[in-house]
This record gives sequence, structure tokens and C-alpha cells, in this order.
Amino acid sequence: MTARTMGTPVTQEMIRRALEGRKVNIINPLVALLLLISLLASLAILVVLLWDVVAKSMPVWQERGWSVITNDLSPRPAETGMIQGIFGSVMLTVIVVVLSFPLGVAAAIYLEEYARDTRLTRLLVANIRNLAGVPSIVYGLLGLSVFVKLILEGMVGQVSGRTLIAGGLTLSMLVLSIMVITTQEALRAVPLAIREASFGVGATPWQTIRHHVLPVASPAIFTGSVLTLARAFGESAPLLLAGAVLSTFFAAPEGTPITDLVLGEKYTALPIIIYNWSRQPQQEYVALTAAAIVALLVILLVVNAGTILARDALERRNRM
Amino acid sequence: MLDTSASLDLSGDPRRLRRERNVRWLFLSAAVFTILVSIAIVLSLVGEAVAFLQSIAAEIDEGLGALIADGWFPRRDRFDLRTIIWHTLAVSIIAMAVATPLGLGAAVYLSEYAKAGVRRVLKPVLEILAGIPSVVLGYFALRFITPDILRNIWDTTQQSNLMAAGIGVGILIIPLVSSVSEDAMQAVPRDLREASYGLGAKKWHTSMRVVFPAALSGIVAALILGLSRAIGETMVVAIVAGATGGSLLQLNPLNGGQTMTGAMASLAIGSDQVAGGVAAFQSLFFVGLLLFLMTLVLNIGSERLVRRFRQRY
Repeated sequence: MTARTMGTPVTQEMIRRALEGRKVNIINPLVALLLLISLLASLAILVVLLWDVVAKSMPVWQERGWSVITNDLSPRPAETGMIQGIFGSVMLTVIVVVLSFPLGVAAAIYLEEYARDTRLTRLLVANIRNLAGVPSIVYGLLGLSVFVKLILEGMVGQVSGRTLIAGGLTLSMLVLSIMVITTQEALRAVPLAIREASFGVGATPWQTIRHHVLPVASPAIFTGSVLTLARAFGESAPLLLAGAVLSTFFAAPEGTPITDLVLGEKYTALPIIIYNWSRQPQQEYVALTAAAIVALLVILLVVNAGTILARDALERRNRM
Repeated sequence: MLDTSASLDLSGDPRRLRRERNVRWLFLSAAVFTILVSIAIVLSLVGEAVAFLQSIAAEIDEGLGALIADGWFPRRDRFDLRTIIWHTLAVSIIAMAVATPLGLGAAVYLSEYAKAGVRRVLKPVLEILAGIPSVVLGYFALRFITPDILRNIWDTTQQSNLMAAGIGVGILIIPLVSSVSEDAMQAVPRDLREASYGLGAKKWHTSMRVVFPAALSGIVAALILGLSRAIGETMVVAIVAGATGGSLLQLNPLNGGQTMTGAMASLAIGSDQVAGGVAAFQSLFFVGLLLFLMTLVLNIGSERLVRRFRQRY
């Protein structure tokens, strides 16, 4: 019963133990370590992936130099190149910007700035959420049956509707819902006080949006849109259905107007070239595919880095 | 005397009002356009899918029995749905087995453990991973995961196999699982954590027994969303799952097999050259409709869970 006596060394020892815990505290750092490892695993995967692709592409850069970028597609692996794919991807992205950016921003402005909580609004919101979850290849089916078959071959009367414009329309529908959601988030981040101040001096809703809400939201809208476009740039599944050409094809003769290239000629895209080359059995294509992947990742990296710089510049201008 | 009837007209310049109305209509029609997109998707899928069922019922000897024939060989009028659905599930299960521990572990670490500095360095890693196009993962699965990892463990692994496809898809959905479940854990009120610490609980105890269960419905929603993405992922499967023409039902994931999206991709790239029956081309839309419905159910389920979670806190 000595332990009950207050102040004895034995009691002090018991209290110390009760507060610190009997066991050495090993679970806590162990769990932290395990969790950190699962996060570092993603980093490791990323590093291995990039290293593997760059290493496999090295022979191509050493032997071919820039010609692997600037050549047209060719059935001979030693002469083939990816410029047609890069051109196609850039043009597709231009079409996507022209179509989905204004549509997406307008729809988001309606939902955030005008819409009241009606049944129509709830339907619109639920519909956009669901569209964002539709697998990309299903958008390819939409492109195939509506844009390629119904509109271009049926209504316009083209022999083959498998053109850049069909691919661009398909990708535009794919990114539209994501464009709406990112713009909505950007608009939601604009403080209500800015709108109230503008209404307070007698501005109409559109004047408030045009002169006060959009300028504040523009850096976020800009960043969100470019990230969305980067996703469209790397997208390939819908293009398989909307008619991108897998095999080699002859380049249109020099001097063909760009409108003809977009409206009437066959096309391909950089991710489609990667897909096609990765399926080729010949050994040369292992390195060629890696080179095309490096080109794709470099383009995406440059665009993303450029966006971050441009956003910072925009934000600085806004603050002044 | 003032002419009160005139001076009380505060409705403003009619030109200005007209412009306001027009702008509003413009924005409303852009929003309504998104509904047209959904309608167009559903109509094009359902139309061709019904035509597919009609044409196999009319033109093939087995009739609708072709939907449970031996294997998926659309050019030979064999459309076994069990084959492609099972392969899709196999790839998705493997993908979830990769993405669940890595994604959730990363989320718990970022939400509960990481200091601001560590977070600023490590969080972008997941964002970069999220930005890698899926064709790239397909190539990585074909040229690295299969030869350098899987073959070292099981030397009977085929060049194209469902396992590598599953791992590749799993890597693709890690960032999605992690960011959605991190959001869920961040939304758990601080009070719960502080109450737990106040009772003497340690960090891991608080994270695992308090925050994790409180965020559970959000975390489950993240996993369902990941599963839906895995089912609909195409390019990795098209490159590495194998069996471009068709395949028999494979129970061993180290063999190649045709999945739903893989079947669609290979039908798509052959659709203008190979003279298969009309049914082969239409089956593309039938599989697409199945895929659309599966992901729709999963997405709606996940959305419900997130909403219930938001109402609670």
C-alpha cells in the first residue's frame, strides 16, 4: 500500500508512466512513415516513368535529331516523323478553344450569376456533373454518329466526315462540362462584396459581370481553361472514333489553304501517333514511341509552366 | 406641379433593359446547350444499340444467344458480354487495389500529417501525375511494367496482359482518389480532432479512429469515382490489355483479354477498313451504352454520398 502514499518516489514513477504511456511510442512514427511512403510511391512512379521514357527515346534523338519531329509519317521507321500529329493536335486545340471556351464560360456565368434555385437550374447542374463523368470514348461515339455521319456526311455532304473539324467538335463537347465546372469555381471565389458594391452604384447585372466579376475571376478562369485544354491535347480515345488516321497518309501538297486542311483532309493527332506506334511490333518503334511521348510531355510542360507565369502576371496587374 | 406619372417611371433606359435581357438569354442558351449534348449522347447510343439487338436477332442463327456465346469475336458474330464485362471488372479491381492504398495513404498524409512546406513540395507531384495523358501510361505499362516488373515476378506473363493494364489504370486514378478523399478529410471539423487530442489520443489514433470514419462517406465517394474512371479508361487498356481482334474469357490476369473499352477501341480503328458484319459496327454503340449506364450509376451514387456528407457537416 505504499503506492497510495502521496509524494513517494514510487507514486511519482506511476504518474509519470500513466502520462507518458508504458510502451515506447512506436506506432505513431510508424504510421506517419507508412503514409509518407504511400505518397512517395507516386513520386517514385512519376520519376521512373519520366526516366524510362527519356532513356528509351535517347537513341532516336542521337541518330535522327530533329527530323523525327519535322518529318511526315512514313511506313519506314527510319524516316517517319510526327509533324502531322503535332499540326493536328494544335489545330484540334484551336477548334476546342474557339468552341468550348465561350460556351463553357457563358454557361458558367448563367449558373453562377443569373440562375435562381429552380428545377431547371438543378437539372442543368446535375446534367453538367454527369457529363463530366461520361467516359471519353463515349464522346467518341457521339462524334462518330452526330458530327461525322449526321452533320458532315449527311447534311454537308462530304464523302468522308473524318476531318479535323469532326475531331475538334468531339473534343469540344468532351471538355465543355469541365470548362463550365472550373469557370463556376473561379466565379464562386469572387467576393460577394464586389458585386454588391457594383449594384449599389446602379450597375446592371451584365455591367457588374463585365466590369467587376470577370476581371477578378479571369486569372482563375484562364488557368482552369488551359489545364482543361492540356487534357484535350493529350486525349486520344474519342479521336479513334471521330476519325483520326492511324496509318500513314500523304501530306496535302504545299500551299493547300489551311481551311481545306481543317475541313476536307485526313488528320491525325500526337497522342494517336503514340498509340499507333506503341502497337507496332518492330523494335525501332519502341524508341520512336518514347520520342513522341517526350515531345508530347514537353509541349504540355511548356504550356503549363507558361500558364502559371501568365496567371501570376495577370494577378499582379489586377492588384495594381 | 410635377407630372408624377412620368417622374416615377424608374424602369430605366429601354435600350439598356433590352441589352440586359439579350445577354441573359445568351447565357441561358449556352447552359441549356449542355442538355442538348446529353440528349445527343443518349439518342445516338440508344438508336444504334437497339439496331444492334435487332440485327443480331434477325441475321445471326443464335439470335440474342450471340450475347452469351464463346468469347468476344465481333467479326465472327460472337458477342459474349460476359467476356468483356469480366475483363473490365478484372482490370478495375486491380486498378483499385493499386490506387486505394496509395491514394488514401497520400490523402491521409497530406491532410493530417504534412507540414505546410512538405505539402507545397509533394502535392504538385500528384497534380503532375494527374496531367500525364493515358496513352503515356499505356506505353509505360507495355514497355516497363510488363517486361521489367511482371515478367520478373511471374515469367509466364504474356506480352499483353490484364495485370499491367490494371496497374497502369491504377496509377492514372491515384491522383483522383487522393484529391477527392483529401477534400473529404479537410472538411471534417477541427473540433473533432481537438476533442480527440483532449482525451489523450495520439496522432495516428485521431487520424484513423476519428477523422477517417468521419470522412468515410466522402472517401467511399472518392473510391466509387475512381472505379467509374477505371471502367471507362480506354487507352491504357487498348495498348496493353491485348487481343486486338477479340478474345475468349480469361480468368488469369497475366493473359491478354478484351475489355469493354478495349473492344470499342479495336472496333473503332477497324471500322472503316475491315468488312465485318453490320452488327460488328453497331455492337460498338451497344457496348458504349452499357459503359455509359455503368459509369452513370456509379457517378450518381458517388454524388449522393458526397452530398449526404456535406449536409452532415
